[in-house]
Amino acid sequence: MTPTTATPRSRLDPEPVARRDFLGIASLASFLAAMLFAGLGVLRLPKAAVLASPAKKFSVALPDSLAAGEAFVPPGRSVAVFRDQEGVYAVSLICTHLGCIVKPGQSGFECPCHGSQFAADGSVLRGPAPKALPWLAVSVRGGECVVDESAIIPAGTKVSG
Amino acid sequence: MSTTAPENSPLRRFLHNLLQSPWHVRDAALRSGLPTTDRTRSNFVFGNVFLHLHSVRTHRWSLRWSTTWGLGLAATAAFLIALVSGVLLMFYYKPYPEAAYDSIKDIHFVVPTGRFIRNIHRWSANVMVVAVLLHMARAFYTAAYRKPREFNWLIGMGLLVVTLGLSFTGYLLPWDQLAYWAITIGANIAQSPREVTDAVGITETFDPGGLQRELLLGSDIVGEEALIRFYVLHVMLLPLALVSLLAVHFWRIRKDGGMTRPSDADQRLAPKADVYPVFTEAPQKTYQLAAIVKGASPAVGRGPENTVPSMPHLFYAELGVLMLTVLVCLALSMISDAPLKELANPSVPENPAKAPWYFLGLQELVAYSAFMGGVGIPMIVVIGLGLIPFLDREEAETGAWFGGPGGLRLVARSAVFGLASVLGIEAFAIRFGWLREWFPEIPQLVITAVNPGTLLAAIYAAYSLWIVRRYGSARAGALALFTCFLCGFVVLTVIGTHFRGPNWTFYWSPADWPRH
Repeated sequence: MTPTTATPRSRLDPEPVARRDFLGIASLASFLAAMLFAGLGVLRLPKAAVLASPAKKFSVALPDSLAAGEAFVPPGRSVAVFRDQEGVYAVSLICTHLGCIVKPGQSGFECPCHGSQFAADGSVLRGPAPKALPWLAVSVRGGECVVDESAIIPAGTKVSG
Repeated sequence: MSTTAPENSPLRRFLHNLLQSPWHVRDAALRSGLPTTDRTRSNFVFGNVFLHLHSVRTHRWSLRWSTTWGLGLAATAAFLIALVSGVLLMFYYKPYPEAAYDSIKDIHFVVPTGRFIRNIHRWSANVMVVAVLLHMARAFYTAAYRKPREFNWLIGMGLLVVTLGLSFTGYLLPWDQLAYWAITIGANIAQSPREVTDAVGITETFDPGGLQRELLLGSDIVGEEALIRFYVLHVMLLPLALVSLLAVHFWRIRKDGGMTRPSDADQRLAPKADVYPVFTEAPQKTYQLAAIVKGASPAVGRGPENTVPSMPHLFYAELGVLMLTVLVCLALSMISDAPLKELANPSVPENPAKAPWYFLGLQELVAYSAFMGGVGIPMIVVIGLGLIPFLDREEAETGAWFGGPGGLRLVARSAVFGLASVLGIEAFAIRFGWLREWFPEIPQLVITAVNPGTLLAAIYAAYSLWIVRRYGSARAGALALFTCFLCGFVVLTVIGTHFRGPNWTFYWSPADWPRH
């Protein structure tokens, strides 16, 4: 410490940080740091570890009269199940554009919201949809099909049974 | 008025005080008597916690209708109406799927005046959006965003976003088909950055779109989690954000020097009988407040020569705007009922599924590619609007309508150009289709990026850059760009609202929609 015998300090000059100020600032800073990290932790709150959504797996019996290439939409589900000579397969009906439910037609699918059109295998023909309609995993168990809406499989995969 | 108390009997004194109490309450509330003199009028303003937001005296330029058209106040009034009617609706509304729909039906058909309150809520929200947009246009065209008001322009942008957020979150609450599918589309727009991450192939590791959608919905479907989230946002977080921003917005109006007025405002105003120099008899001396404030902001030595007392001049004008806004909301509520479709059905989309009208311009762009139309273009617009006060650092003609090089002629020309461009691009896309119709094998990234909206934004930007060069002025470019933006917004909104039917197909009139 050097004694300040030189020019007296003006009242308008900023004051040096005193010991009390330093302790005050330090405690405030540690408090803010603690709050910051607590806040960062709480940021995880809106993203639940388990999402509240209905079961993605369901089983359904296909009607005997279902023709080859004709879509069967289980009630309350956004999936079209098909059966032809090669086997059973399921295509998601949720439009890849903005999530509307596409309508199965004679030769593919049509979205009512923004006019996207998909071929029978789900690939995009027209409109703003960025991706093909995904094919979903199907397994056949004792005459019933089990469809897993959360399992996407390569297009063209058909299960015989 | 109170008279002196009789001294003789305690009972008579008691009776006298009892009879006088209404006047005593009034005097106690007003603190300084009726606002009849300059002094008591001043006290009326700064002695009142709600009114002291205003200055005691108001410049006559600020009171001209053409200065503001009362639009900011109309937006605030509409918000207050929505606040009151919304709180009333909360007594009956239940934020749970199906129960929500039933409670809205109860409000509509069973609750006395419920339908009317709901109509008022819906119409005041619409009036608020219109007023906010017009208020922004007013602030822009009078160059009121200029220094020192740049920050308040940014706060205003925040208010616009929160206003739209309030409308969007409120749209889901009835839980009918309209609500469900509009929010499904909205949530998937939030997810649309996936179009880009998918095309680049990094969605597995970096998926901001999926995160946004999940934070919004709290699930991977629009269900009870989404409804309670939207409810909390709608009745709590967003109103709080709006009120906080409003407080800053109002406070900054005062701090930034009141309403923008041209430098020659005092000369342009005709003399008025009851305006007199306040400081005529004050000592001709100025005071330096150097130790307290930096700069030359205090009005020392500048007499408020052309100001009138805020009470009654400003307050009566504000009251007029307030009453007019209430009147408009009431009239609209009597003419038209808020819609309520069938209960939300997750397997059958509403066709056409339309968002609130002020989002239909975006929905029109989204129909070409989700990411650019729903995220890219809005972000470009918000950034562009926010940059205006920092690019235009000019000073000439601040506070004058359409002030700046080119003036009204440039605005009219830009309007013609803006309308022609947007109509041309839309007509072309409707008639001939867009990229995938011509080149089925085109990469998705091109479809995502090259939206008619992208093209339009590029044309508008090029046009206004040309104007900047031609006039040698950023203000001229801003006039051109903002006018084009307004034209694009209006035309796209009208097309999305009126000319799009089932499957988002173009129809000249809703009467031509196929019935099924």
